Amino acid sequence: MDKQRRKFLKIAGATALAGISAPVVVKLTSSPALASSEHGEVAEHGAATHGEANQAEGHGAEQAPQGVRLGMLIDMRRLYGRPDLLEKAKAACHKVHNVPDIGNTKSEIKWIWPAPFENVFPEHSSYHESKITKENNFLALCNHCNEPPCVRVCPTKATFRVEANGIVAMDFHRCIGCRFCMMGCPYGARSFNWKDPRPYIKEYNPDFPTRMRGVVEKCNFCGERLALGQEPACLEAVKEVGAIVFGDLNDPDSEIRQRLDEEHTIQRKPSLGTKPSVFYIV
Amino acid sequence: MYNKGLIIPGLIIFVLLVTFPLWFNAFSKASAVPKPDLPPGGEKECVAPLAVIRASHMALLNEWRDDVLRNNDRVAVTVAGKQYRKGLQTACMQCHSNKEKFCDSCHAYASVKPYCWDCHLTATDVAKKKETH
Repeated sequence: MDKQRRKFLKIAGATALAGISAPVVVKLTSSPALASSEHGEVAEHGAATHGEANQAEGHGAEQAPQGVRLGMLIDMRRLYGRPDLLEKAKAACHKVHNVPDIGNTKSEIKWIWPAPFENVFPEHSSYHESKITKENNFLALCNHCNEPPCVRVCPTKATFRVEANGIVAMDFHRCIGCRFCMMGCPYGARSFNWKDPRPYIKEYNPDFPTRMRGVVEKCNFCGERLALGQEPACLEAVKEVGAIVFGDLNDPDSEIRQRLDEEHTIQRKPSLGTKPSVFYIV
Repeated sequence: MYNKGLIIPGLIIFVLLVTFPLWFNAFSKASAVPKPDLPPGGEKECVAPLAVIRASHMALLNEWRDDVLRNNDRVAVTVAGKQYRKGLQTACMQCHSNKEKFCDSCHAYASVKPYCWDCHLTATDVAKKKETH
């Protein structure tokens, strides 16, 4: 009897030991593979930091781009001193998309709007700013970020990134009006319909729906116009000065990429890592 | 049977009362099956056979919505040689411009209240805006 208990305790002890040490053994045997992959990552990282000195800007150091990523370049130099053109771009967009003009800043709906430099680029110093930046407004709109925070927070997937073209789109049918996306968006690009927008729309565009009370809306990069082979409405409105360039950021031969390669551009709040697809020349 | 004179007329009255909705509707106009107006433009062909449209036009609209908004599949539908962009406003209501006499006639009969037109515009909506401005 005593002997049997002794034997039992021995076996139990050995089993427990084997059980505890099993993960260690597994880790040890698989360690070469792990180590090599870690090493590779470090090397990649090193190369990236070496190649892109300006990593904080968020322009480069992205993974190899895949597919189409539509983007916009706004050459503000061509819009300085032309507040009429900014208003024209806004009016064109808002007319095409049946955006109401409510008339007070609390419940206003905006897809594209002119705003002062320090509001559009709060990360850029506006201390002792030049006369031109002080006196001019800048065009702000949804940045169609590559890492859109609004999409991350949407509980119903009413807003999402269209994989085929990189547009951050909305499905108004699905929006429950929780306004998480408005909290998520660091650019204030989203507006909430506090009331029925229809009485505030001057003239309907019969090609596009309106919205109802209780949904969020924003710029859609004119997805419906692109499908018809047309250009975004804002681009068309300021065509006379050619201030806006629109195209595929991932296509090295596109006009927008060539302009980006040529000129120094800035993005809004690059440090947040949202990777905006709207670029500015100021 | 006791009280035959009371029970039998009572039963008859009871049965008549209980079946009132049935025979009332059978003889009144309230039960007339709605006849939605055909497109004012005289189009005869639809995107799908009549039976499919009748039974599942709402499913088709949902499919179109997801295609257009989510799957970036905005390929137009061709009906009788004419191209339409997928969508309630851009396809269906291009022909069926008479929402009040087409959509509403059945929806009111079946007591369904779709919220399509909270956002989507009808010809009447557009015309009304033009008048006031």
